[in-house]
Parts: sequence; C-alpha cells; structure tokens
Amino acid sequence: MGNIVEQIQGVPLNHYLIFCSIIFAIGVTGVLIRRNVIIIMMSIELMLNSVNLLLAAFSAYRGDPSGQVFVFFVMALAAAEVAVGLAIIIMVYRNTKSVDVESLSKLRW
Amino acid sequence: MSELIWLIPLIPFLGFVINGLARKAFPKSMIGLVGCGTVLASFVLSILLYCEIKVARDAGETASITQHIFDWFSVGNLKVSLSFLVDPLSSLMLLIITGVGFLIHLYSYSYMSGDEGFGKFFAYLNLFIFFMTILVLGSNYAVMFIGWEGVGLCSYLLIGFWFKNSSYASAAKKAFVMNRIGDLGFLIAMFFILASFGSLEYLDVFSQASTLSVGDSTVLVITLLLFVAATGKSAQIPLFTWLPDAMAGPTPVSALIHAATMVTAGIYMVVRSNVLFALSPVTMEIMAVIGLATALIAAFIALTQNDIKKVLAYSTVSQLGYMFLGLGVGAFTGAFFHVLTHAFFKALLFLGAGSVIHAMGNEQDMRQMGGLRKALPVTFATMLIGTVAISGIPPLAGFFSKDEILAYAFQHHMLYWGIGFLTALFTAFYMFRLLYLTFFGAFRGTEAQKHHLHESPWQMTVPLIVLAVLSIVGGFINIPSVLGGHHALAHFLEPVFAGNENTVALTLSHSTEYILMGVSSVAAIVMAIVAYNKYVSKKSVPQADSVVQGGLYNLSYHKLYIDELYDLLIVKPLKGASAFFYKYIDRLGIDGFVNGVGEFFVGSGKGIRLLQSGYVGFYIIMMVIGVIVMLLYGLLQY
Repeated sequence: MGNIVEQIQGVPLNHYLIFCSIIFAIGVTGVLIRRNVIIIMMSIELMLNSVNLLLAAFSAYRGDPSGQVFVFFVMALAAAEVAVGLAIIIMVYRNTKSVDVESLSKLRW
Repeated sequence: MSELIWLIPLIPFLGFVINGLARKAFPKSMIGLVGCGTVLASFVLSILLYCEIKVARDAGETASITQHIFDWFSVGNLKVSLSFLVDPLSSLMLLIITGVGFLIHLYSYSYMSGDEGFGKFFAYLNLFIFFMTILVLGSNYAVMFIGWEGVGLCSYLLIGFWFKNSSYASAAKKAFVMNRIGDLGFLIAMFFILASFGSLEYLDVFSQASTLSVGDSTVLVITLLLFVAATGKSAQIPLFTWLPDAMAGPTPVSALIHAATMVTAGIYMVVRSNVLFALSPVTMEIMAVIGLATALIAAFIALTQNDIKKVLAYSTVSQLGYMFLGLGVGAFTGAFFHVLTHAFFKALLFLGAGSVIHAMGNEQDMRQMGGLRKALPVTFATMLIGTVAISGIPPLAGFFSKDEILAYAFQHHMLYWGIGFLTALFTAFYMFRLLYLTFFGAFRGTEAQKHHLHESPWQMTVPLIVLAVLSIVGGFINIPSVLGGHHALAHFLEPVFAGNENTVALTLSHSTEYILMGVSSVAAIVMAIVAYNKYVSKKSVPQADSVVQGGLYNLSYHKLYIDELYDLLIVKPLKGASAFFYKYIDRLGIDGFVNGVGEFFVGSGKGIRLLQSGYVGFYIIMMVIGVIVMLLYGLLQY
C-alpha cells in the first residue's frame, strides 16, 4: 500500500495542479467559444473531470480520503446533469431543428 | 394741511385701480366720472395747498410743508424715506399737473368716446397723474426717481395705446428705450450724490453742496449725469427723436404727456437742483448750447412738416430747447415761467388739433384741410390765441416767458440771443403756417370729409376756452420791472433758490431790454404776415410727397435724416451683435454645452445597454473575466 502511495507521490503535486488547470481552462474556453450545444456539454464534462482529478490527487498526497469521497459525489452529479442537459437538448432540437446555440435567440435584445 | 398731501397722488391711483379693474363692466359715464373726478379732487387739494403756500410767501416766510409717510429702507448710514415736500415750486407744478390734467381728462371723455379701450385709457391717464404727482412731490431723489420711471412707463402704455398697429407699438418702444437711457444717467447721478453727500434728501444735499466751491469736479459729474437724464425725459439732442414718433398716441396723450407735464419733468428736476447746477458752469454752458441747438434744429424741421401733430411735436421739442437754454444761461425762473406758459398754450394747441382731427374724421394731413374756420369757430378762435401766444406776440403769455429767456441769453452772449431769435422767427412762421393751412383758404379734402365737419361737443370746447384764457393772462404772473411789474413769480419762487449763492441776475439796461422786446415782437408779427402772404394770399399748398424738392427742403422734411443716422450707427450694430450672440454663443455655445451633457448620457446609455444583450454566452464571458480579475487581484496582494 505504502509503495503505491510512494509511487503516486513520485510525480510532484505541481504537475497535477498545472495539468488540471490547463484542462479546466480548455473546458472553460470550450464553453465560451463553441456553438454546438453537445460540444458545450462535453466541455462542461471536461471541467468536471479535471476537478475530479485534482481532488483525487490532493487526497492521495494528503492521505485524506474525503477528497476521493467528494469525487464520487461529483461523478454522480455529473451524470445526473448530463441526463437532464441532453433531455433539454433533444427538446430544443425538436423545436428548432438545430443544435446551434445561436438559434435560441428569441429573448435577446 | 400737511396731512392731506398724501391724498393728492393717492386719489388718482385709486381711480387707476377702479377704472382698470372695472373697465369693461362700468358704463362710460361712470368711468368718466371716476377718471375726471379723481383728478378734480387732486386739483382742489392742490389749490388748497397753493393757497397755504401763497399766504406764507406773502408773509415773507420760507413756505414749505413736508409730510413723512414711512421709512423705506436704511442701509448703514443711508436712510431713504418716502416723504413729500410741498414748496412754491412743487405747488405750482401740482396746479399745472392736476389742473391741465383735469381739462384733458374732460376732453378725453368726448374724444375717446368711440374707442373700445375707453376704460383702459382713463385708467392709464390716472396712473400717469399719480406718477407725475409723486415726481414733483418727492422730498428726495429716490421718490422723484419713482415718479420719473413711472411716467416713462405711462408714456409707453399711452403712446402704444392702439397697440394692434405695429408701428405705434414700435414708437412706444422707442420712447421707452430713450427714456431708459436717461434713467441710467439719473441712477448713476444718484449714486454719485449718495457717495459725495451721504443722503438723497434735497435739504441735506443742497445744504452740503452750498459749502462746495464753483467748478467742483464731483458736482460737475453729478450735474452732467442729471442733464443726460433730462435730455432723455425732455427730448433734447441726442435723445429727442422719440417725441415726434410719440404722436402715434391719441391726441389727449400728446397734450398731457408730451406737452404739458412729462417732458417738463427734466426742467423741474434742474430747477429743483439749481444749487448743484449753479456750482457747475461747464454743465450750464453745455445745457445752453444743447438747448439752443435742439431749439433751432427742431424749428427747422417743423417748417416743412405736413402732419398737424408732427408740427406741434417738433414745436414742443423746440420750446423745450428754449427752456434748457434759459436754464443754461441762468434764467431758472424764466425757464420755469416758460414751463407754465408752454403748458397752457401747447396743451391748447394739441387739444385744438385733436378737435380738428376729430372733425376731419381722423385725417391729420394739413394738405387735406383748409377753410375750417367757418365750420369750427371755437376751435379756430382758441387755436388763433394759442398760435399768437407761442409766437411771442405781446401781451399774450408766450411773450413774457420767451422774452425773459432771450434777455438772459443776450446777457450771456449775443450769439445765443441771435440763434434764439432766429428760432423765434421760425416758430412764428411754422405756427402761423399751421393756422393758415388748416383754417384759411378753400377746403382741400374729400366730399365725405366736408359733410362730416362739425364743431366739437362742450367737453372738448370748454377746455379749449379755459386754456385760451390762461394763455392770454398767464404771462401776467411775472411781469418784469422794465414794464412796471413786480416779478411776482420770481418772488414766489425765492425759497427754491435760497441755498444758491451763484445765481445769475439780469443786469441789462432798461433800454436794451426794450429794444430786445420790441425787436422780437415786431419780428414775430412780420413772420405772421410773411406766412399769410405765402399761404393765404398766394394760396400756396405744400406739395405731395412724390414731388422732388430741393436740398434744404428735403433736409427739413426728412427730419435731418437723424433717425436714419441712429439706425445706421446704433440699431444695426446692436442687431448684428445680437445675431452674433444668438447664433454662436447661445445656440452653439450654451445650448451646445447643455445639449451635449444630455447627449453624453444618452450615448453612454446606448453603449452600456449593450451589456444586457440577452446573449448568455456574453454573460458567461464577462463572468469568467470577472473571476480572473479577482484572482489576479488576490495574487497581487501577495
């Protein structure tokens, strides 16, 4: 057991931090820039996953299992959110025949 | 008696309020009763006051009655109160204002009876009497100034009485603006008086002034400014062009305001301030020169005018010039004497002209008149008396007063007498010309006008007769010692000049005086005969405006082009400056700034509104940027 932890701790924490930040930023950029709704959902998933990874990394480095427990919560939540989000996308598609975010423009100025 | 002084202005003021409020409600008889009755009441009170003053003067006392009404304001050392002073000078002025005023009110009852503004007219006339009495009753310069401005206002209201005619309204505006220029002089003079003497009360100012030496510079400035005020009010060069235009008002207005009372306010003010003026020989010289120039120029212009009222208007300006000549050469009593006699015969002439205009159905051009003496006998007789009086033919009133002024002028400098004499020749000529063209010869008007000719009703002829009688006997109040008289008026007015150590006395020899009198009387009669020769014997009639005339005639007929000169020098630059200020400074500058502030906010609103576009993606971007800014801020803290 200790061996696995030592192996994990062989990679410095900073690497995990930077890696997850980059992926989070990519996810944010995807949400902001992309026009296809499904891609936006994927970017949201990407953000959630990067946070998951970071939580797990901190948990391993601190020896505190609550980080990993939190990861479970996040994953369950992500799944529920995806289910609801995709249902909404299907309804939008049925009404506007498009998955472009620009098509939802009736309430805009 | 002093308790009743305040009633003299108050009663006409009540008449103004009543007639003003009820002008549409009351019947004409009621309005006339109120209007004339108030002035009659003031006249009765003025007679009572005059008798009291006369009794005191005959006993040799310095007769003056004061009444303090209330303290108006006091600032620091200055205390100005509303108080009245009745002394020989103001008692005589009151008699003229209320007496001649009453006659003119009576005349107006008939003259204005067909006018829809009947009630308004009487209200304005009463208001004028109120302000004029305030002017002469004041015991300090502030109260005089109230009256001074007030009569200017009433003059504006009455000249522009038929305001629907825009040229009449412009004439009223012109009169008011020129009066205001004079008012500015008065106001600045009052400031100087305050600064030098610390008070505006006549008694204080004159007692302090008598300690100053002749030629004092402060007194010079004060008197020059007061004279500017007098040129505005009494129509002297350069502020005289409003008076001929003021003939746009109804004829009773011309008689009352522009002949008998308002225009004499300037002379009253100078006589009242004789202590100050006698201390400043420079101002006196300027007054004499300007008075003389005005008299000559106005008489020259009157020679060729064809409108009966314009001739009388220029005659008024000319006679006012005589009065200022008299003041300037030291004949204060003589000038005031001329004020009194001029009030009689000029009011008479104007009212007579009104009677003629009334009979001619509102025609004022003398070229349309002629031979009216058969149709209008009373008017003819009284106007004949008025014409003889103004020409200075003895023993009528004008002779005595004009001669006193000319005698002092001769003593001062022979040239002044010479020009004054020339003006007297012109005066006799144009007045007799007016008489002959109107009343002699054949009638030159239309048939319709001929049938309309009728003598005026008693309300118009009785004032004419009264004024004619006064023009005949009015001269006898100041018969000079040369002719065996006692200078009664001069004795009466002595207290007014009590503080003045620099009065001018007449020192001509009796023979010189006889020669001067004889020459002017004979000359006036000769000019009457010359005019008779031209206009009755040779039946010469002034030609229509379309006929081209020679240079001198044109100069006279077009009023020496002075109005055009003022238009070029003053009105056009002012209008140009006004247009510049409007276009650039007001529209571009101020409006630009104010509108710019508004437009700034509208523009920035347009920009900021874009933040709430409804683009959710935009909102998210802004949120992300906000989070980054916060993180950076937190980072920079360390």
